[in-house]
Amino acid sequence: MGEVTILNIGNNIIVPVQTELHDEDARQLQTDILKKIENTGAKGLLIDVSAVSIIDSFLGRLLVETSKMARLMGTETVLVGMKKEVVLTLIQLGLQMKNLHTALNIEDGLALLEKMITGPSLSRRKDEKFRK
Amino acid sequence: MKSSENSNECFEILISNYEDIILARQKVKSFMQKTGFSVLAQTRIVTAVSELARNIVVHAGQGKMSAYQITKKRNRPGLKCVFKDQGPGISNIDEAMKEGFSTSNSLGLGLSGARKLCNEFHIESAEKKGTTISIVEWL
Ligand SMILES: Nc1ncnc2c1ncn2[C@@H]1O[C@H](COP(=O)(O)OP(=O)(O)OP(=O)(O)O)[C@@H](O)[C@H]1O
Ligand SMILES: [Mg+2]
Repeated sequence: MGEVTILNIGNNIIVPVQTELHDEDARQLQTDILKKIENTGAKGLLIDVSAVSIIDSFLGRLLVETSKMARLMGTETVLVGMKKEVVLTLIQLGLQMKNLHTALNIEDGLALLEKMITGPSLSRRKDEKFRK
Repeated sequence: MKSSENSNECFEILISNYEDIILARQKVKSFMQKTGFSVLAQTRIVTAVSELARNIVVHAGQGKMSAYQITKKRNRPGLKCVFKDQGPGISNIDEAMKEGFSTSNSLGLGLSGARKLCNEFHIESAEKKGTTISIVEWL
């Protein structure tokens, strides 16, 4: 099983998952992602699962957990590239992917991250303007 | 095995670690691809295989998966996967099948989910003797 590359581009960390991960690989990836966040102070985390053919309860839960942990470290997560068959299967399996933000592809995912990261401060700015 | 079905064993995989789970998934996937199952059926069944193989590793330590090509009347082909272990077994199957039930502080989605993901699901288990689960998907 191959190592997963973790890219750091601007304020974001991008993780293209290219191989089927077994459980220990997936746990290792989670650790590596959190380390990378710690080292770079990245504001956004984008995980691309377009090359992943199945997401079972283990991987699904791990992805949800990773995004929760990232948030505690001040980093927002977007999961991109879930195949429609994977989505249907996850729903049938009964796995709730609540609180995990998703987008169709990397481009949309980056746009969503941008919005999530700058969003609250923008609205604060709007509030300030409103008060004047 | 019902008398109206014919079966042909295709492969058997010993399952004792996480890499074996991936191997089982890959073999089932390529068999289904060759047989002409849809991508959705492949995804559903391979996900069920992943859950049941992991249950062997986590709850029983080791076991095996045997895959069979089966045919029904009018030559409708199907795939049958049998997961067999000689682990601790399940004392209360109804309880274990419930969504959310887990003895390992996990989500408890494996058994209930696997049942929902395939056409047929059958479980037999006896305490201290082991567990046998078969799943079937028809083309
Ligand atoms: N092969 C097995 N041998 C012994 N006990 C099993 C086996 N498979 C399942 N069980 C029992 O049935 C329970 C429910 O299984 P299920 O797969 O639904 O949940 P889980 O494995 O605990 O959690 P999850 O699969 O969601 O991570 C398990 O907690 C375990 O007690
Ligand atoms: Mg399980």
